[in-house]
Amino acid sequence: MEDKILLAHGSGGKLAHDLIASHFVSALDNEILTRLDDAAVFSASGRLAFTTDSYVVNPIFFPGGNIGRLAVCGTVNDLATSGAKPLYLSLALIIEEGFALKDLRKIIEAIKATADEAGVKIITGDTKVVNRGGADKIFINTAGIGVIPAGVNISGSNAQPGDKIIVTGTIGDHGIAVLSRREGLGFETKLESDVAPLGKMVAAMLKVSRNIHVLRDPTRGGLASTLNEIAGQSKVGIKIEETKIPLKAEVSGACEMLGLDPLYVANEGKMIVIVAPPDAENVLNAIRQNVYGKNAAVIGEVVSVNPGRVIMKTALGSSRIVDMLVGEPLPRIC
Amino acid sequence: MKYTTEFRNSEMAQALLNRIRERSRKKVRLMEFCGGHTVAIFRYGIRQLLPRNIEMISGPGCPVCVTATADIDKAIALAQIKGVIITTFGDMLKVPGSRSTLQKARAAGADVRMVYSTLDALQIARENPAKSVVFLGIGFETTAPTVAASILEAREQGIKNYFVLSQNKLSPPAIQALLLSGAVKLDGLICPGHVSAITGSRAWDFIARDYKIPCVVAGFEPLDILQCVAMLVEQVESGQSQTEIAYRRGVSIDGNRNALDLMAQVYEPAPAKWRGFGEITGSGLKIRKKYSDFDAEMKFEIKTVPAAEPKGCLCGEVLRGVKTPRDCRLFGKVCNPESPVGPCMVSSEGTCSAYFLYGDESGR
Repeated sequence: MEDKILLAHGSGGKLAHDLIASHFVSALDNEILTRLDDAAVFSASGRLAFTTDSYVVNPIFFPGGNIGRLAVCGTVNDLATSGAKPLYLSLALIIEEGFALKDLRKIIEAIKATADEAGVKIITGDTKVVNRGGADKIFINTAGIGVIPAGVNISGSNAQPGDKIIVTGTIGDHGIAVLSRREGLGFETKLESDVAPLGKMVAAMLKVSRNIHVLRDPTRGGLASTLNEIAGQSKVGIKIEETKIPLKAEVSGACEMLGLDPLYVANEGKMIVIVAPPDAENVLNAIRQNVYGKNAAVIGEVVSVNPGRVIMKTALGSSRIVDMLVGEPLPRIC
Repeated sequence: MKYTTEFRNSEMAQALLNRIRERSRKKVRLMEFCGGHTVAIFRYGIRQLLPRNIEMISGPGCPVCVTATADIDKAIALAQIKGVIITTFGDMLKVPGSRSTLQKARAAGADVRMVYSTLDALQIARENPAKSVVFLGIGFETTAPTVAASILEAREQGIKNYFVLSQNKLSPPAIQALLLSGAVKLDGLICPGHVSAITGSRAWDFIARDYKIPCVVAGFEPLDILQCVAMLVEQVESGQSQTEIAYRRGVSIDGNRNALDLMAQVYEPAPAKWRGFGEITGSGLKIRKKYSDFDAEMKFEIKTVPAAEPKGCLCGEVLRGVKTPRDCRLFGKVCNPESPVGPCMVSSEGTCSAYFLYGDESGR
């Protein structure tokens, strides 16, 4: 019979201990974690960034990644949006009784590989098992700590009129890849999620410019919602051009079919970068040299008119308001 | 991407706009029947590009929007019958019935699942032989053939736990009802592209002939729509009224014979209730007696109480083209996509939703 997670795996007893030792500590091996104290102890100096996020993606395995890779990337990228160098992550899992052990192994392997890629360590963690039906397969929470280099001041409220807006690659890949595997919605696509850790890309940007005003990862709600948040926080207007936004044909096609607007579809490996105009080109080049930034492009600029609003020049030359995402985008019916 | 980007070309759009500007003299009011057109028109800001003498109004072609409250209530009542799994296109989940929505019914424990096609609904029926799987048949001629095909497939494969609540509707009778009511005067009709792919452009001939209104079938890309407007303007300015196709890559004069045959095999025309219109003769599709084993209305005793329409909601008027969302006191205030009062704010193809999401800079 296939090995499954049992309630006892989360009990704190021997089975729990064995699971942690055999699956987590050995895989995620580092000197802070292996001490196995209740609290991880480490030193850090300077301004710190701290963030947390929970991951409940459905399905847990999707083209281009899984919930484990997502749980590392999401938190690493949230840290990176402050300009911080991500250092340490915590990892907490809530697992439904009966979950296949081989799936757990795959998820932990992905966590390990992604943490290595991002240059972060998992230094503390927790596992709980809940009754069947008490959770949907597996939920993961990660929190992360990073150090902000001196002289870096990045915030959603720092956008200034004249700034250039860069997006680091094609939009909507993650949302469409995940949707393509949902029950009742499955469609054939070779598209993969863009889920990726962007800490190193951000470090490369900061190397060439200290005039990056805003960094944001446009996850749920997509590019449109994130730009609206920035426009609101910074009390500026934002102008973008439809034809300049990088978009894969597969995403555009799937959106046409499902009645979705790619501007509102989630990304997990993209940044929106708002930078002072003289530095825009250098930053763009730095991004393009990163493996996850090859399709980066300037898509618009910050303006003083229409504060709080995002206006898009359409492919036809007209302009329209791009609003926040409201509700869950639902596929249309004809 | 093939068949989309080449129909969003800015230079060709300018050329078409110039043609429209040069030719258009008369003040005209054009209606796009289809919600898909409404969204495209807003998404590309087409209204603001057209000369001021061309007024565009949105029609009733949003399947979710025209579904009568009583019919939504029926679906919700069905969802509450023990052992029933409701399968539906996503748009229907949030549409308010008299007291609830399918989404709320689901939160309260009903088994309501979103599907993208009837094939998925059939699959759910196969996987749950002990349950009754009901598909909500919503939509116009575009979806009706696929629903008909699912009934034929269920019969062929001996699937006995699959049922359809048939609320599919036919488009031409709605336009006719609109014109007969005299509530709105039209100078041209932008005919629906996907519907016409099934029915053929022939379906609109009677409007051009009997009501002297130019009819042009359009696709859903910006150039398709501009091309259609240019052809309508040409007809208006030269005093003609005929049916033309500005979407030849998708639509023929005769339509899709196979799809039409499927519909005729499974359905017979019947009166149907439309939100904003009331009952329209011959606009509904009733499952024929031969296939009544698959008719949810026959299988289940569906109990509903008289429907209550949302107070102050102008969806009905908006669907008839006599009011715009901005005339509605609820629009953008109590009624928004987050907490929609009427269906026109729910559906991605609803006129109110398009006004809300894609309003232009000038607010025109």
